[in-house]
Amino acid sequence: MITATGKSILKGIAIGKIRFLAKKQVEIKENAADAAAELKRFEDAKALAIEQLQGLYDKAVVEAGEEHAAIFDIHMMMLDDDDYNESISDLINSEGKTAEYAVKTTGENFAEMFATMDDEYMKARAADVRDISGRVVNILTGADTGPADSDEPFIIVAEDLAPSETVQLDKSKLLGFVTRLGSTNSHTAILARNMNIPALIGTEISEEWDGKMAIIDGYNSCIYIEPEEELLKTLDEKRVHDLEQRAMLQQLKGQPNVTLDGTEINVYANIGNVSDVGMVLENDAGGIGLFRSEFIYLNSKTFPTEDEQFGIYKKVAEAMAGKKVIIRTLDIGADKQADYFNLPKEENPALGYRAIRICLMQRDIFKTQIRAILRAAAFGKVSIMFPMIISVSEVKDAKAILEECRQELIAEGKEIGDVEIGIMIETPAAVMLADELAEEVEFFSIGTNDLTQYTLAIDRQNPKLDPFYDSHHPAVLRLIEKTVQAGHRHNCWVGICGELGADTTLTETFLRMGMDELSVNPGSVLGLRKVIRELDLGTAKEPEPPVPAKATEEEPPAPAEATEEPAAVPEGTPEPEPEKPIKKSRFSLFGKNKNK
Amino acid sequence: MKEFSYTITDSVGIHARPAGVLVKLIKPFASKCTITKGDKTEELGKLMKVMGMGIKCGDTVVIKVEGSDEAAAAETIENFFKENL
Repeated sequence: MITATGKSILKGIAIGKIRFLAKKQVEIKENAADAAAELKRFEDAKALAIEQLQGLYDKAVVEAGEEHAAIFDIHMMMLDDDDYNESISDLINSEGKTAEYAVKTTGENFAEMFATMDDEYMKARAADVRDISGRVVNILTGADTGPADSDEPFIIVAEDLAPSETVQLDKSKLLGFVTRLGSTNSHTAILARNMNIPALIGTEISEEWDGKMAIIDGYNSCIYIEPEEELLKTLDEKRVHDLEQRAMLQQLKGQPNVTLDGTEINVYANIGNVSDVGMVLENDAGGIGLFRSEFIYLNSKTFPTEDEQFGIYKKVAEAMAGKKVIIRTLDIGADKQADYFNLPKEENPALGYRAIRICLMQRDIFKTQIRAILRAAAFGKVSIMFPMIISVSEVKDAKAILEECRQELIAEGKEIGDVEIGIMIETPAAVMLADELAEEVEFFSIGTNDLTQYTLAIDRQNPKLDPFYDSHHPAVLRLIEKTVQAGHRHNCWVGICGELGADTTLTETFLRMGMDELSVNPGSVLGLRKVIRELDLGTAKEPEPPVPAKATEEEPPAPAEATEEPAAVPEGTPEPEPEKPIKKSRFSLFGKNKNK
Repeated sequence: MKEFSYTITDSVGIHARPAGVLVKLIKPFASKCTITKGDKTEELGKLMKVMGMGIKCGDTVVIKVEGSDEAAAAETIENFFKENL
């Protein structure tokens, strides 16, 4: 058995015989005597190439849709590009080269230009230029392109796959592919994701594999050639299990996130980019629970303008078509830096000048963003969320600025929409003040990553601290519970948008706490839905400690906080919640409007 | 001459597809159309050159149109930018 490793594009297992796609090496003659004849040969070959591309375009439209076929349209235009053609005719005319030599050289030069750009997407376009040039060269030299048809399903192994090659493959027989070249942005990778088949790139391949039995293990990023019986059996079981699992998750689309005993919770998705919205819709998330707006700032070389931001927020709001979109205002600083902010180096960036602190000090930046959000709210259901809150006055200040923006926009005659206002709960201070904070806002979203870091005083980037780190630390779980209770006391819905939200070993705990929403990565939505739908809280009203009871015995109860809220319950003995009805009503029923 | 500047909001920037559409869009016009980012200027009709500029989300570009039908051409281009980029 041979094992080769690569970079996995899709987690999955493929088992089948390998078909090795060898690129035919054709001698290319360099010099020609008759330039006019070579030019004519090139023009004819180009015309035929365009005809072939048109055929591929038509085929791809039917098989994969217009969006996917567009690449062949681009290919046709590239073949028609002035500079590309000029370079070819120059080589033929003034340097006496053959048509195939001129096309090959020009193709390589243009591919090189794309390959050296500092943009992953454009780098991947080098393959397109090579593809079209290769097509013309093949026509000129009489070499044929594309693999032959096959009767049994196969795993493709190749140096690289050009888009025109992938579209020619019989998709019903394609089990997976392994290439030596390619990037995660390449057509190969995109095709693998679209077709949902395992693929490895960056793998050391061998022509000798042709015709041999193999397994692609997308989980472990490797391919086994002529696998042992035992391994074959194990991985085949895994493959069947995957298929069942996937089919089951797909069936969950359109189903409510409700437990067997009827407790419902909203499952939303976190995004960091406009392009993630597709994944959100594909996985049937109920909304966007966290839109990390900082990517707009991090991808920019200067402060993004109101119109730029408005365009982006509007796109997302419209794409979500009435589903909730919670935009977190600028959370820059700490580990997320943009040069033009000119933030000074800090001893303790995690405890430094970041997020709402920047926004409240540099109000012009904050106002630009808020104005953009208010305008985008006219095109969908938009909520705004302030990060890193530690005091009530910060929330009041932020709301005052929001109100100021609203008045300005109205005065300017700009179209705006209503926004729901919420805050991130990610500092122990915010939890201690949750009752007062809840009076100011309509929702809380718990950022468990920062809350854990600030509560345990543990830097997650430091591997040395791993022995001390417990993501289920009772202190953190109790803070979460306190937040839910305080929120519900004041008609404020509560969700989680940190990593813990997707931790299915805690889903039951969160449901029992009365959590209203969990926002997770788009890919985790259906899996979480499955867990929720299999849970039976049956005993939802029975007092059961939602946090590990053991820990509560070791520690004395926390001193009662110095708020006017005397409801500091002894830890670990949750009182029967008088606010249950609120929990049942979920947020669609919360008709309050504190911000106006 | 008509001129306008525009800041790209599309997350991928002027990638292959919009660059291709732009090339097609200006073909019927007689005017000369250029696109400038920083100190680089290219003709809008040249697909590979425009793609090679690597215009990203957040970049500001200046479009210049000069010729007999410049008003109509500029308007067509500007509408395309606003709607798609």
